[in-house]
Amino acid sequence: MARRVAIVGTGQTKHRSQRDDVNMMEMVYEAATAALQDAELSVKDIDAVLLGNMEMFEGRALPEMWCGEGAGGVYKHCLKIATGGTSGTSVSISGFQHAASGLFDIVMAIGFEKQSDGHTATGMSLTDPFWDRHVAAGAIGNFALSISQYAAARGVTPEQAAKVAVKARRNACNNPYAHLQLPQLTVEQVLSSPIIAYPVHRFDMCPTSDGACAVIYAEEARARKICSRPAWVRAAVTRHDYAYLGDLKDRLISIRTMRDAARVAYAQVGIREPLKEFDVAEIYEPVSYAELAWYEALGFCKDGEAGRLMDDGITLLDGELPVNPSGGVLSTNPIGASGTIRVAEAALQIHGKGEKRQVPGVKMALVSGYGVYSWSDILILSSSPG
Amino acid sequence: MNPKVGIMGASQTHFEASKTHQTISEMVFEIAQKALEDAGISWEDLNYTITSSVDLWDGLTASNATLTEVVGAVMKPEMRVAGDGLTAAFQGMLTILSGAADLVLVLSYSKESMSSRWGITNWVFDPIYQQTLGLDYLSAAALQAQAYFSRYGITEEACARVVVKNLSDAQKNPFAQRRPKVSVQEVMNSEVWASPLKALDVSPISDGGSAIILASERVVRERKAEPVWILGAGRGLENHYLGERDLVEGEALRRAGQKAYDLAGIQNPFEEIEVAEISCAFSYQELLWSELLNFYPIGQGAKLLEDWEADLDGKLSINPSGGLMAGNPLIPAGLVRLVEAFLQLKGKAQNHQIPGVKKALAHGTDGPCGQGQCVMVVGV
Repeated sequence: MARRVAIVGTGQTKHRSQRDDVNMMEMVYEAATAALQDAELSVKDIDAVLLGNMEMFEGRALPEMWCGEGAGGVYKHCLKIATGGTSGTSVSISGFQHAASGLFDIVMAIGFEKQSDGHTATGMSLTDPFWDRHVAAGAIGNFALSISQYAAARGVTPEQAAKVAVKARRNACNNPYAHLQLPQLTVEQVLSSPIIAYPVHRFDMCPTSDGACAVIYAEEARARKICSRPAWVRAAVTRHDYAYLGDLKDRLISIRTMRDAARVAYAQVGIREPLKEFDVAEIYEPVSYAELAWYEALGFCKDGEAGRLMDDGITLLDGELPVNPSGGVLSTNPIGASGTIRVAEAALQIHGKGEKRQVPGVKMALVSGYGVYSWSDILILSSSPG
Repeated sequence: MNPKVGIMGASQTHFEASKTHQTISEMVFEIAQKALEDAGISWEDLNYTITSSVDLWDGLTASNATLTEVVGAVMKPEMRVAGDGLTAAFQGMLTILSGAADLVLVLSYSKESMSSRWGITNWVFDPIYQQTLGLDYLSAAALQAQAYFSRYGITEEACARVVVKNLSDAQKNPFAQRRPKVSVQEVMNSEVWASPLKALDVSPISDGGSAIILASERVVRERKAEPVWILGAGRGLENHYLGERDLVEGEALRRAGQKAYDLAGIQNPFEEIEVAEISCAFSYQELLWSELLNFYPIGQGAKLLEDWEADLDGKLSINPSGGLMAGNPLIPAGLVRLVEAFLQLKGKAQNHQIPGVKKALAHGTDGPCGQGQCVMVVGV
């Protein structure tokens, strides 16, 4: 890459099902201001403002026109990235590219979604009208199909998936920004919650949230000045795949986009044993079963061993590789921000600012983004510029 | 700019009022294929794709998802800029400069015939104060035109002459939407849509798209290609609320232009650039944007027309393609401008070729009254 780049500040809103105390621009302002405060920068220091959002979920057109100035984008370069569920990681990757390019030195990337302003399930139903709309509308139905296939192939049980759901909501209790904080949630409660599409229980699924998250990138010289412990971006890889559900062979089983993106990113950084070499992972799990599938795709275990990994508590907060100490997407899901939150939470761990959710001594952190039916982003952050 | 980014090839569709014979995927596939062909590269050579489209125009959520195969992005990276096509080219340039890729397809399209231009652009305005007033790009543009006219004494006739010029030039552009030549009188007599804007002052509803292939300096050298180079680029955003803006001063466009000129080492754009392709969905914008881009002193837009009439003397030509009046959808319009600049620099503009073009400017815009602005200077 042209220049080394690090994350020097992060900021989030308090995420809730309905942030009716702020409008969309004010919500963006809240996250942007928090990130500037965290980095001890002023809005004048920012050279470019990049937004990530899925406008159909709120019924806005070009929301960056309204919200850009909430992030201090006036008279600056300001654009919007929209790639479905990966919007938040895509805009983060764009932010990294901007700071690495040499044309911008300090760049803010902000993901946001105010789902309570619209109706996400309706928005998600607007898939291809000829082929997909009747069978795969919304997020839950198509996941249920792929999960049945995955569970049958790998032998993961509803209990193992429920443990993921419990882990997320309990971890969220340590995160003051998280939406669903459920300290008392049990595996039994997950399993006795209503089935929304077999085999997915209500508690297996992510919520719909309002929220925004901002990440500030700086090129090397400025990063070292601004931040005592910068989170260096060591890899940023995207893989997209076919558009139609029926074209994706063994979707969650193979998830070839994530496997290939991880393979390339690991090679760039020299990661051979991800479970040992990463100190923390913030991965995009829209449904409990997906987290198990991602364990395999990301090389945390061999294929078929994800359930055991969960049973052994390897990915709990005190395990060998804590996964989503923030509570993950299962706790907080403002779609356009969900990927950005993963990046911010991983950076926060390297900055040593995780407070109650801090994993001790984080040097290497893994981030994943996921969207559409099988799109994947992988980022690796490190305390060392490499 | 150093290191440099080159444009290896370009393509555009024929622009039509309604492309009923093609789905979006079919149209996009054709655009991508032709761009690759023009650049002399294969699908396998591409290592990044930047698309530009807007879900509301396509009536689909994550509409770029339906295009992965036809933009060469299966098991490869794609990023979708949800806005103006020239901004996607800007992102593509940064992707190369960052080292993330060295051969990038940038593609933008829209089928406006499938949707409602004024309905969708009403949704761009904040939902609390402005959307409910019924503002859309048309009524907002009428306010901007009125402010511009009254401050600098610009007349409706002067704007009508811009339309006459563009529709006359469009006759020579093989990709232009088929529209008849018009007279000043016909423009003046066309139906008033939002005073002072009349039907013929407004760019037509259009279907189509365009693409470019960007390459790093290394790839250009390896392939011994003769690209068009990006010499400079800048972007800027105005405040959102119309009441908080000086609609005539256009600070964002001034700054975006200045940034591009500085990077390209241009002191006097009027003298140093031969062709400017600028995005003007409304006739008055060709005069106003030309002033804000520092081609003319502010308020002297009418001088542009005199210079147009003296075009053959080698002065700066503005929109020899016919511009948006020749029919370009709002989303890809900025990228079509870059494609036209590319064609002029390569001497491939056929009947609307301006002789001896060494430097050209492309401009794109998003939002009401030019709220978001993008300027790129290219050269050989």
